[in-house]
Amino acid sequence: MAELKVLTPLKATRGQSVFALCFLGFAMILFLLLPYQTTRVEETSWHKQPGFWPMVSIIGMVVFGVLHFWRLPRRKLEKMDFKEALLWIRGIEFVLWFMIYVSLVPIVGYLPSTLVFVLPLIYRQGYRKPFHFYCGALFVFTVVIFFKVILEVKIPGAALYEFFPDAIRNFLILNF
Amino acid sequence: MENILLGFDVLARWDVVLAILCGSIGGVIIGAIPGVGPAVAIAILLPATFSMEPIVGLTLLLGIYGSSMYGGAIPAILINTPGTPVNALTTYEGFPMTTRGEARRALSLAYAASFFGGIFSVICLILMAPILAKVAPLFGSREIFLAALLGLVLVIIAHRGNILAAGMLACFGLFLNTVGLEPVKYSSRYTFDQSWLANGIDLIVVVLGLFAISQAYFLMSGDDVKIRVNKVRGNLFQGFRELSRHPVVAGISGCFGVVMGIIPGVGEFTAQFMSYTTAERISKRPKAFGHGSSEGLIASETANNAVPGAAMIPLLALGIPGEALTAMMLSVFYVHNVIPGPGLFLYQLDFVTALYLALLILNVVVVMFLMFATNFLVQLVRIPNRYLGVCILTLGFVGVYSLRNNPSDCAMAAVFGLLGYILRRLKLPIIPIILGMVLGGIMEVKFRSSMSRVKEPLDFIDRPIAAMIFAVIIIVLLVHFLRVMREWKPRKERKWTYRKSSSKFGRLLFNRRKHMLDDRGKILRNLQLMSPARKKED
Repeated sequence: MAELKVLTPLKATRGQSVFALCFLGFAMILFLLLPYQTTRVEETSWHKQPGFWPMVSIIGMVVFGVLHFWRLPRRKLEKMDFKEALLWIRGIEFVLWFMIYVSLVPIVGYLPSTLVFVLPLIYRQGYRKPFHFYCGALFVFTVVIFFKVILEVKIPGAALYEFFPDAIRNFLILNF
Repeated sequence: MENILLGFDVLARWDVVLAILCGSIGGVIIGAIPGVGPAVAIAILLPATFSMEPIVGLTLLLGIYGSSMYGGAIPAILINTPGTPVNALTTYEGFPMTTRGEARRALSLAYAASFFGGIFSVICLILMAPILAKVAPLFGSREIFLAALLGLVLVIIAHRGNILAAGMLACFGLFLNTVGLEPVKYSSRYTFDQSWLANGIDLIVVVLGLFAISQAYFLMSGDDVKIRVNKVRGNLFQGFRELSRHPVVAGISGCFGVVMGIIPGVGEFTAQFMSYTTAERISKRPKAFGHGSSEGLIASETANNAVPGAAMIPLLALGIPGEALTAMMLSVFYVHNVIPGPGLFLYQLDFVTALYLALLILNVVVVMFLMFATNFLVQLVRIPNRYLGVCILTLGFVGVYSLRNNPSDCAMAAVFGLLGYILRRLKLPIIPIILGMVLGGIMEVKFRSSMSRVKEPLDFIDRPIAAMIFAVIIIVLLVHFLRVMREWKPRKERKWTYRKSSSKFGRLLFNRRKHMLDDRGKILRNLQLMSPARKKED
């Protein structure tokens, strides 16, 4: 029989204990905050209390979190766990890229900000050939036309468009 | 028959036809690109479908869902990389066939099996629709609560090897659903006095963060892989002829797909695993499995493609999604005030039939498209991973920002993206969070409404369907615990083979005390006590 390892994914042990501990810590904080972040309503049965379902879910998080941590193949924190955690922190770089893009859209406009976002990110990812940048620019135009013009998704016009003459401004607000 | 005609009437519009075409062809293309997958595509397109009519939006998403697995078989067979996660088993049989020079045979067989699976499930569902229409109204609040609970239990148990992690993440999903204003008393829950949390955490923001943005981070932080693919030449229709020689395997696999699709939380993986092992058991050449067996390929592809149609049953009949993709579709219903559940089968059976017919049509469209476009799709696997990551991140922005033009939604999605990235790196499941969120909402509402009519705990299960679902939950949990115990015993015995002493804690302490008191222990203890003094002398 073929090995069906794919159906039971291999456990990556690197960083598991860090994640389990962080999750458990988060769940414990939520549990401690339960009386302060939910309201107890007088003369109301237990199942109608606003805090009932948060309590159920947080207790579940704590119980499963403790069991998960206890059943880990390796609970002791080692150097490689911290290396893995560093990799997660490095992921914040992409969060920043994304948030810069988000903050640019209302100022510069959807099309220009997407160009400003995609092309430098392609460069940052290590692509240097002009072909990659041409494809990136083509992708940006396609996405903007598909979503803004064809599907008419709600993305407001930019502050920058205010400096253009009325006719051009309207065109830009509607399409880019 | 009348319902079928009414269903066709619902579909006979240019925008619906366009949605079926775009969804099915787009789904194949997305499926053929390893690293994207239907979940990412549906998450990105979800907000765009809110401005469409429910039938248009749903057929578009259904098209992507139903056709992505066809496309996913292409890289699985040709380059040993599954296009979608559920095509993983296809690599076991498809790639060995490619290495033998039978790529065309493998692809055509995969298309034929997928087509059979898709059509089989739709036919089953059309035949079952009248029964469902009779059974669905019997589901009241208690039954729906218990069915949602069963779904949650099954979702957790289905993640074998990661059950505790799945449980903890499902509870996290339940918690996320409770954040914001409580719907009855309007008191705030875990809002930390922040106005942007008062409306709660939007499911779409979480979905986009966990599926699309996290996938983008994951791809961008990884490496590109050089891939070489060859052109596929010749007729791709021969697979249908070969499939007709294995009707039993195809039929059994289709049945597994339908049954596993109906049960919430089980899905494609279990369906294909069960059909694959059954096919191997009944095969005349079981040794060929794993080395390019046509029966193995038929089993996995048929079961895969039979699931999407069947997975719509709990969604449409009870309003309970069985997996992440149907959970996303549920939000399309809610946005348009179409409440899936018993009422849908009673009052809008034409709408339900139209969805099934759309599934039927999209299967035909996809096969026709694949017969001519396979060589084009093969080239898509050449897109470098990190480049793909940039594209997904750009598309992820449209999805989140177009919801409410709210930067706090984007920040939340970016943070959930980081969480998803960590979960992907740790190989921990993401789906329980989404299902916890969706099922948590259903459970809270239904539990509250059902408890108002319950005086004693046993009243909760005094109706036959409620009692039946409750019994199923108990049986599922019992079977699971028995399996855990069965797996635990040999592990414990293995431990005993290399450990002479007992592995029980009390026994360990007793042995240690005994050892420290015997002659050799005393010598060792003296040595240990002497060692600091010796060090000082040195």
